[in-house]
Amino acid sequence: MSVLVVIECDKGEVKKSSLEVATYASQVAQQLGTTATAVAVGEATEDNLAKLGEQGISKVLYDAEPRLKDFVNGAYTKLIATAAEQEGAQVLVLANSNIGAAVGSRLSIRLKASLATNAVEMPRTEGGQFVVKRGAFSGKALADVALTTDRKIIAVKKNSIEAQHEAGKTAPVEKFSANLTDADFADAPKQVIMQDQAGGVLLPEADKVVSGGRGMKGAENWNLIEDLAKALGAATACSKPVSDVDWRPHHEHVGQTGITISPNLYIACGISGAIQHLAGVNSSKVIVVINKDPEAPFFKAADYGIVGDVFDVLPKLTQAVKELG
Amino acid sequence: MKFLVCISNVPDTTTKITFTPDNKEFNKAGVQFVINPWDEYALTRAIELKEAQGGGTVTVLNVGEADTEPNIRKALAIGADDAIRVNAAPKDAFFVAEQIANVAKDGGYDVILMGKESIDYNGFQVHGMVGELLGIPTVAPAMKLDLSGNTATLEREIEGGKEIVEVNTPFVASCQQPMCEPRIPNMRGIMTARTKPLKVVEPTGDAPRTEVTEFALPPKKQGVKLIPAENAGELIKLLRNEAKVI
Repeated sequence: MSVLVVIECDKGEVKKSSLEVATYASQVAQQLGTTATAVAVGEATEDNLAKLGEQGISKVLYDAEPRLKDFVNGAYTKLIATAAEQEGAQVLVLANSNIGAAVGSRLSIRLKASLATNAVEMPRTEGGQFVVKRGAFSGKALADVALTTDRKIIAVKKNSIEAQHEAGKTAPVEKFSANLTDADFADAPKQVIMQDQAGGVLLPEADKVVSGGRGMKGAENWNLIEDLAKALGAATACSKPVSDVDWRPHHEHVGQTGITISPNLYIACGISGAIQHLAGVNSSKVIVVINKDPEAPFFKAADYGIVGDVFDVLPKLTQAVKELG
Repeated sequence: MKFLVCISNVPDTTTKITFTPDNKEFNKAGVQFVINPWDEYALTRAIELKEAQGGGTVTVLNVGEADTEPNIRKALAIGADDAIRVNAAPKDAFFVAEQIANVAKDGGYDVILMGKESIDYNGFQVHGMVGELLGIPTVAPAMKLDLSGNTATLEREIEGGKEIVEVNTPFVASCQQPMCEPRIPNMRGIMTARTKPLKVVEPTGDAPRTEVTEFALPPKKQGVKLIPAENAGELIKLLRNEAKVI
């Protein structure tokens, strides 16, 4: 019996969301009086995997098969299922990422496990039930979900738990093989195309986001959003009307039918705050709203606000960040 | 080519969310239900592909009680050929996936499409479960889908980019924008939808694997702290020293 956590790696680095789920998994293991093992997927280095000891991981399994560098649903599912069987995993933890959700749902059938995605808190035992709190109704509600099978899978929402770092602790990295065959790679990607991200910060992983709406008046003014984002080390985002008119690409659209995010800081510039937009961002820890209309509904959901013209305010904010040093 | 499109019946996106007094269920009173917006991408793309091929069928599948039929008829009005309703309230993602897989198993469908998630439960689970239950590939979430013979080319969203994936039929894909421009029904569609077949079948399969024990609303915000525009830089100091987020 153990806890198994899936660690996603990219270009040798462990993703931030995977450091969070590693912490989550080791805390679940403590609750259950067992240990947490990791199985790593993607392009990883042994040094970085060993550092998962800092999050309390006791052992890391890694298959260095080169075709696993990019996500392949069939191969990842088999690899993780094999690791789960080998380790006798009672609880499997993943990030609530595109990979985590795609693999987690297949694994739940293969491992006969109940699955909770979008988890926002540590699980708890209540009246003999294993209960996980998760986001529902596009962030407009929370649901306590009891997982009723022996095996359980939890996909943890990004930025819901802070990654711990116990400096200097390392975990042994063991070579691992699931005897993957060519058939397991039938759905391997033919091509991977990365998009330009402002300042190199990925929106779904970001803990700070600067976002613009129709109040920005045109794509040509986005340098004001990008300047502030760059100064803060934040990702950029936009509202639906902005991506609908192609001022910004669809992958930056946050909201009910776009990407749902939960950064520590969300700065909304020239966005009035339609209920569909709020649904995608209202689990952000701190929301800042800048809008010249004092009646904009977004101010009701904000922690800090500035009633003013974004074209005057944004340069002042960027300057103030630079002055912080 | 036979397409199966799975649709959910969800509260309209502007709905204020409330629950029954025991907080066990969503309060449906006075709520307008719509086809899940993500599923509209799946439905429209299936119809577009069928039209492009000049043949085939698009079947709509919904797991729901009789009150979902207006939205099933809407899907037929948009252009689906026929519909199946599994007569059961959706209990959890596993329950729904099993119903879909059980219908699909004997249907000979080449392409099974659905939205990436439902906007009420946000599980992002059903597509993968259906793929695994049927033993066929899943591509999720897909932003583009084209067909050439029995081979599909899809663009799949990944964090920071996209992947081009090729799979052979049969397969499952969950859809999201910018796959297509969702269609709205026209008058002719609404008229013909009334006479299109809608079959009702009873649920089969195992018990659900999860149970909602309680719903709650997120904690209320304390209220906004306003900073004068002329002194905007003060905000940055507050974010560092008070909110501690930068």
